[in-house]
Amino acid sequence: MQRDLGKRPWTFYALSAFFALFVAFLYGPMSAIFVLSFQGPTGGLTFPMNGVSLRWFSALFQQERTGDFAGGFTRSIALALIVLSLTVAISVLAGLAFRRRFVGSTPVFYLAVASLIMPGLLVGLGVGLTYQTLELTPSWYSSALGAQLTLTLPFGLLIMFAVLSRFDRAYEEAGRDLGASNWQIFWMVVVPILFPGMIAVALFGFTLSYDEFPRTLLTAGAKNTLPMEIWGMTTNVTSPALYALGTVTTLVSFVAIILSLGSIAIIQWRRSRGPMAAKMALANTQAALTNE
Amino acid sequence: MIIGVSFFEYDGISSVPAFQFGNYAELFSSRITLTLYLKTIEYALIVWAITLVVGFTVSYFLVFHVRSILWQMGLFLLCTVPFWTSNIIRMISWIPFLGRNGIFNQALMGLGVTSEPLEFLLFSDFAVIVAYVHLFTLFMIVPIFNSMARIDRSVVEAALDGGSSRWRIIWEIIVPLSKTGIALGSIFVITLVMGDFYVVNTMSGGHSATVGLAMYNQIAAVQYPPAAASAVILLVIVTLMVAAILRLVDVRRELAS
Repeated sequence: MQRDLGKRPWTFYALSAFFALFVAFLYGPMSAIFVLSFQGPTGGLTFPMNGVSLRWFSALFQQERTGDFAGGFTRSIALALIVLSLTVAISVLAGLAFRRRFVGSTPVFYLAVASLIMPGLLVGLGVGLTYQTLELTPSWYSSALGAQLTLTLPFGLLIMFAVLSRFDRAYEEAGRDLGASNWQIFWMVVVPILFPGMIAVALFGFTLSYDEFPRTLLTAGAKNTLPMEIWGMTTNVTSPALYALGTVTTLVSFVAIILSLGSIAIIQWRRSRGPMAAKMALANTQAALTNE
Repeated sequence: MIIGVSFFEYDGISSVPAFQFGNYAELFSSRITLTLYLKTIEYALIVWAITLVVGFTVSYFLVFHVRSILWQMGLFLLCTVPFWTSNIIRMISWIPFLGRNGIFNQALMGLGVTSEPLEFLLFSDFAVIVAYVHLFTLFMIVPIFNSMARIDRSVVEAALDGGSSRWRIIWEIIVPLSKTGIALGSIFVITLVMGDFYVVNTMSGGHSATVGLAMYNQIAAVQYPPAAASAVILLVIVTLMVAAILRLVDVRRELAS
């Protein structure tokens, strides 16, 4: 918006300050939790710190104190990985299918968006009641899996739409001209090109499932996932062990974020240096020269 | 497969009226229902207004004031990273901040602003709204940022050349052109607040209740029929609000493209 690239208007500084405040608002409370989870043995739920210790982290692994942390953690990770694989597979296939307008594509699309904005507790209640009516036993790998997919699939689909809108069909046609079968085109042309988008879908699938609470609450059955354990702790546990658990789960999320964003960045960087990029850069330069 | 999963919830919710009808009469005749809905809508509107202003300002800053694309993406990611972490953890992280002996109160007393700790900070409407804004502003920033990023800069340049003030540019160019993003963000924030129960439960400390929380309590007491009845009513109201927003703004173009 600035015409003279030298001086910035005063509004820039005002807005920067606003932005900085917003980031502090986003991250401040979280960082307070990280610090407080290292609270000393006699410390309480707030500052000041009474010494520094890892006591509350070790308290997590004593089952009777804080509930079944290890079990919930294992189940959450397992469930998140199942959701991740299903979400990636289905979103990619559905995204490719949506490129052609098949019969009923519009209603299916609206159903997907509707289940995205549906309040999570209602989804959980619906799935839970269905299971009850059908006299099935809900458990984390069946009913909770279905309830979580109502959230992750629409997200994955919307991301695939965005990715596919930039996908050039000429690559597929080139593959066909060279005599590739449909199967070969899919695995050797489409999947490698879409791979960064698929990582993004995977990131959403994993983290949404790993932290999902309102949909899972009524569908997890007898064995809880991690967010349920945390929820139980907010009402029962009044020690910094709660913060230690928060720190651990947030670290897991951060590892997932860094792994996926990092691999996307590496792939894009490699592409920008590969032979394709060189050709495109050449073409751009030529186009620029002819315009002159 | 999507049909299968969407069928899941459709099946669950529509099967409800089939065997329990009398619960609606009770729901409609109760005065508590009205208070619950008023409270829920009050929260939704306040949170919507705050997240709209904050989300718009942040997106505007990122799109029109940050010059380098690299910085823009970096700062945008900085805003979205918390989205991938646990909502419950982010919510309880306000407790050490707002509590009676919390950081905020200690800071205020340290500065000599108050001599007594402020009681209204935690377990109150204030705490609930702070937590909502903290959790849901991202859902406003992402769609508004997306539609703003698509605005053609030359339009803004032309307006500047024509001598428009920055305010007029915002009101007459940027707001109308980013209105699909605003509508999408509003739908997300309103449905999230309307369907929430755990933030109200924890942050209000039992002092206020919304429809979602009442439903959760009914479910916890194994009163499924009334819970299901209020679920249907809540769904109808949320659908009406979404439909109203969609009438004002045509979001389809944005989603379809």
